[in-house]
Amino acid sequence: MEIQITDQEKAVVVAFAGDVDLESSPEARQALLACVDRKVPVLVDLSGVSYIDSSGVASLVEAFQAARKGGRAFALVAVSEATLRVLQLARLDKVFTIYETVEDGLDQAV
Amino acid sequence: MRERGPVRVENSGEGETLLHMRVPALAGKLKDIRDAVRTAVLGCGCSDAVAADIVIAVDEACQNIVRHAYADEPGGEFIVEVRRDGGCVVVLLRDFAAVVDPDTIQPRRLDDLRPGGLGTHFMREIMDDVAYQETTGTRGNLLRMVKQIA
Repeated sequence: MEIQITDQEKAVVVAFAGDVDLESSPEARQALLACVDRKVPVLVDLSGVSYIDSSGVASLVEAFQAARKGGRAFALVAVSEATLRVLQLARLDKVFTIYETVEDGLDQAV
Repeated sequence: MRERGPVRVENSGEGETLLHMRVPALAGKLKDIRDAVRTAVLGCGCSDAVAADIVIAVDEACQNIVRHAYADEPGGEFIVEVRRDGGCVVVLLRDFAAVVDPDTIQPRRLDDLRPGGLGTHFMREIMDDVAYQETTGTRGNLLRMVKQIA
């Protein structure tokens, strides 16, 4: 799994690529919570994710809840087909705010 | 020293063997298992979508073995067997850890939004049957999951 964190003017974009699984999700969780701690809107780019498991989804849920508690925006963008299937199985596809592109997310969530 | 379990999975005389692998229960081995299962089920006529779903279910079941069954014994071995039996894919996961009480592995309510507890739900949502079976003679657990594909 690869993680790329990009600071935008009023948000931070954290992009994951590869497999977010039991081995890599602790690193994903740490990166997500660190981004939420910056107290700016967080956009999670999932376009490069080829596989995500329940531990990866749990990391997203934990970061989403931390952001919500702090009253800040947290959204998923460019969700890959494989990721969307897992979110649907977890009935989370309607819980998370999802934008088609990073640009859409920056326009609407920030 | 732990007595090694049998090489074959008990009660596995169901159809044709598509995959049989014995692996250490380590998070770093899960990708190898996913790749092998995907190749096996695609090879028996599953669509890409069904194959991807079966991979999710098997991966989550393997995680339970890594995280729970062998929690105190990292690297204990387990067997992944995938079989084609008529119109069904049958997955058998055999570990040699302490016996797991199936009642302790229940899916959580999905409207309870919290991290964790999703894996068992994924397995039951995707597969048509998920059940622990009796193991004969040796310690451990045998999980059998069935997916109808035709």
